[in-house]
Amino acid sequence: MSGILASMIDGVLVGAVYGLAAMGLSLIWGVMDVINLTHGAMIALGMFCMYLLYAATGINAYLLLLPTIGFGLVIGLVVYWMAVHWVVGRSMLMSLLSTFAVNMMVIGIGTAVWSTSPYNVNFVLPGITMGAYTFTGNHIAAAISAVVIALALQLFLYRTRTGKAIRAVADNREAAELMGISSTAVLSIAFAIGIALACTSGALVSTLFPFTILSGAVYQLKSFVVTILAGLGKPFGALVAGVLLGLLEGVVTPFIAVSWIPLIEFGLFVVVLVAFPQGIFGKRATA
Amino acid sequence: MILRRPFFWIILLIAAGFIYAPLHGNNVSLREDLILIAIAIILASNLNLMIGYTGYVNFGHIVFYGLGGYVGLYLTTVRGWNLVLSALVAGVVVSLCGFLFGLAILRLRGAYFALATIGILQAVQAFVSNFDPWGRSTGMYLSFASYQPLGGARRALWITYFLIIAVMALSMILSLAIKNSKFGLGLFAIREDEDAAVVLGVNATLYKAIIYSVSAFLPAVAGALMFFKNGMIDPSIAFEYMLSLEGIVMLMLGGQGSVIGAALGGTLYEKLRSYLLTSPVLSNFHLVIAGGLLLMVVLFAPGGLIGWLYRWVPRSRKVIE
Repeated sequence: MSGILASMIDGVLVGAVYGLAAMGLSLIWGVMDVINLTHGAMIALGMFCMYLLYAATGINAYLLLLPTIGFGLVIGLVVYWMAVHWVVGRSMLMSLLSTFAVNMMVIGIGTAVWSTSPYNVNFVLPGITMGAYTFTGNHIAAAISAVVIALALQLFLYRTRTGKAIRAVADNREAAELMGISSTAVLSIAFAIGIALACTSGALVSTLFPFTILSGAVYQLKSFVVTILAGLGKPFGALVAGVLLGLLEGVVTPFIAVSWIPLIEFGLFVVVLVAFPQGIFGKRATA
Repeated sequence: MILRRPFFWIILLIAAGFIYAPLHGNNVSLREDLILIAIAIILASNLNLMIGYTGYVNFGHIVFYGLGGYVGLYLTTVRGWNLVLSALVAGVVVSLCGFLFGLAILRLRGAYFALATIGILQAVQAFVSNFDPWGRSTGMYLSFASYQPLGGARRALWITYFLIIAVMALSMILSLAIKNSKFGLGLFAIREDEDAAVVLGVNATLYKAIIYSVSAFLPAVAGALMFFKNGMIDPSIAFEYMLSLEGIVMLMLGGQGSVIGAALGGTLYEKLRSYLLTSPVLSNFHLVIAGGLLLMVVLFAPGGLIGWLYRWVPRSRKVIE
């Protein structure tokens, strides 16, 4: 019994990182109505960014999150001007395909540079031992980092002018433009933040598990599940839903093989989409 | 009705060319090149039914091909069935699965549907990797005895080739037939404006489920034939995500919504890919180039090559569909 409890706590810790990844997806989706299919590739880039930074400096990996965020913002701006700006407002098919094309290019370059063999960040924090179980320090530190970054984003969105502008554009782009908000600037900033969140969560994951350039796809599926659970454009809801998904994984992993998990997550994804099209925490449609 | 379309005869001519070229002089290496092109055309044509006709992106189209391969190989090897029968049964079984998946995700619209198709691919792959009768992650091998009923390995490979060409021709004829039918018109209406289509009496959910399951049939048959020819299957080959993605690139390159566009895109992309994969400098970057190509098409020429042809030679619409 206490084994399940330990597994659940571990699930919650990892779930906070899932939530952070999903926040990036949810922000972009909510603000510009673009489903960012580069998400998985950006998570993978974050992993390798952390790997390279740690290999170069060897300092505390969680301090390296700051340069990773900066890296994510820059990449986000590049991708926005390369592929996203031209398809915002066009049909969903076009934005799906253009972000997808960038995804292929990033994965292609990544595979050429790093191949698909596994890497890991060899940084270990001392853990906390409770009875027969040890919670590794990395899991705890990653979860704390994720929550801190999520809170910072929440403050940014609700307390700063830029954050309010982002929310205004998400609500009604035309009205926001009439109020003198430059929607192009806001969209590019929102996209860059979304990508930075994806990179950061990837960096956090890289301190927990071994990874390859293709690992992003797994977390992309989790991010979709979490975003759907939380409802669109609810970044903080995404964190909560991420923790829930982690908890669920923690409950089921002692009983079934890990390779079944995508099947369960996908089932959850479809059930939630069909039963709660607005998300569990989303407001009910007022028809 | 369909016999009167000039394009129907063009399809038959193409298929005849595919059959004649390698037979002439028993050119096996040409046959192996053409088989890859035929598979590309089959995948792109059937994907066109979803993306081009209905306006729904299916990222996991390869799932039909892989499942068909598994069912086909299971029937020929473990059950000892004849090849044609197993391929047809594989097609039917996978179409039924497609219809069931369709029922599960049929209420989803637009982008949600596209996301669900990614999920389907990962879920099916997870399932097959854990499924004992199909050899879990190590897959299955064809026993050499399976070639005997077809008169030995050499003849069996030629027969498989002709069958795959037949499936290729059928894929294009199916696209043409749907394009010229009332059902196809309903699909186009869904693509242009789903709400309006529903108001005008198109049963969008049913239409989507049917086209999803129809687009599963021929790829599954092709998968059964192709993996019989290759003699082995495992989850990573059968459900190769990259091939699923490359199908989308082929279709966009040639021109979504057009029958010949899908075929042309399939042919050109397959040529490009085999050139890139054999070139020592570029072999690692074929995915980058494919992605770049897709981005260019999406940003600058959403109609693909055929859209470009239609724009400059409007009369070509009458013959080339």
